Amino acid sequence: MQQIINFLLRNKNSLLYAFLFFIALVFTINSRTFHQSKFFNSANWVSGNLYTFSSNISGYFGLKEDNLELVAENERLRRLLFNREMTDTVTLDSSLNRYDVVSGRVIKNSFSGPRNYITINKGSNDGLTQDMGVISPNGILGIVENTSANFATVQSILNTKSNINAKLKGTDYFGSLTWNTQDYNTVQLVDIPRLAPIAVGDTIVTGSMSNIFPEHIPIGTITAFELTASESFYEIEVRLFNDMGNLRQVYIIKDRLKSEIEELQSKTENAQ
Amino acid sequence: MRNNEQLQIIVRFLALLFAQFLIFNRMDFMGFINPMVYLLFLYWFPIKERPAALLLWSFGLGLLIDLFSDTMAIHTAAILTAAFFRPAIMRFCFGVNYEFQSFKLSQTTKAQKITYLGLLIVVHHIVFFALEAFGWSHFFSISKKVLATALATLVICLLLISLLGRDKS
Repeated sequence: MQQIINFLLRNKNSLLYAFLFFIALVFTINSRTFHQSKFFNSANWVSGNLYTFSSNISGYFGLKEDNLELVAENERLRRLLFNREMTDTVTLDSSLNRYDVVSGRVIKNSFSGPRNYITINKGSNDGLTQDMGVISPNGILGIVENTSANFATVQSILNTKSNINAKLKGTDYFGSLTWNTQDYNTVQLVDIPRLAPIAVGDTIVTGSMSNIFPEHIPIGTITAFELTASESFYEIEVRLFNDMGNLRQVYIIKDRLKSEIEELQSKTENAQ
Repeated sequence: MRNNEQLQIIVRFLALLFAQFLIFNRMDFMGFINPMVYLLFLYWFPIKERPAALLLWSFGLGLLIDLFSDTMAIHTAAILTAAFFRPAIMRFCFGVNYEFQSFKLSQTTKAQKITYLGLLIVVHHIVFFALEAFGWSHFFSISKKVLATALATLVICLLLISLLGRDKS
């Protein structure tokens, strides 16, 4: 007994180190539960407000670019609006629309690690919940992972855990959008069947298989592609329309029918 | 005197925490280089304090930085390891006399200081980037990141030391 106590006393620093390191490892490996806990992410009250404070200051330096970007988006939307075929009935009741959009601002962005998260200044008070899609004026950004009252963290598409349904514009060949951590402006589209007609420069948009994003949101253009080892699928390099290092204004997409779709799908799966 | 030292530790703790997540986490120089200046906390931590105190302080600092940068607990694991190896690194750089009461960091030569800081940074960065990649499968990309970031951290830390350090003889 004496020897055990002596051993513990002699090695108390090593044991303390081992214990604390073990805690850190558990947090890292159980990252999902760790990250989804209410406190341990940058959407908590303290860091959210600190990041808002700093982004309020640094925001002034990008006002001109932000304005130009928003004007360009308005121009694009107006072009769509004016060229739309007029229908004879117009729905006035906005509660019948499927999608609702909330605007937000990026208060913390990261893109240098393999698992990046973005923090935005809208939270559960604004109706945000987990698994809502987030887009910027130019293309998709990620999926809401965690919310607090006034803030939310977004799992960026630059995250090795990210997996988003995407397809070739104008066709119905769809695959999964992943990221290999190499370049923050390039993501990979995998599982596109060999039959698909693809060429460098083609546009990639979100697919219809996901309950998170509406169809046809732009993602990027193809810069290179090759067949995988099995020669039945393409692996495609996609250059993003977004500049992921320079994000400010974002839109969060709420899908009114999402719970209905998910309920139906889980019912079908459970019935089997 | 002792209170003064504790206060100094707390001020450094907060200053390095804020500097790290408000300024240096956003540098993204060449797309991936973010100098980790909070390692200066280890560099400046009083030698006379118990090693257990250093471990606990480092754990707290690492955890807060992780919390602000959404990086699970890899900063924590890395700074803990560097803190654990600090006595060994000091013995390597300054010889056995660093354990004496009269030893002062400011009395050592420049080369000794740089080696001391450099070794802390290297230990920290190896653990950090290995954990970040979850293994050694991306060995080359890890080594590239370790080398580039370590160099940036070293330069920035040396600048901060010469700017803020008190060189009392």
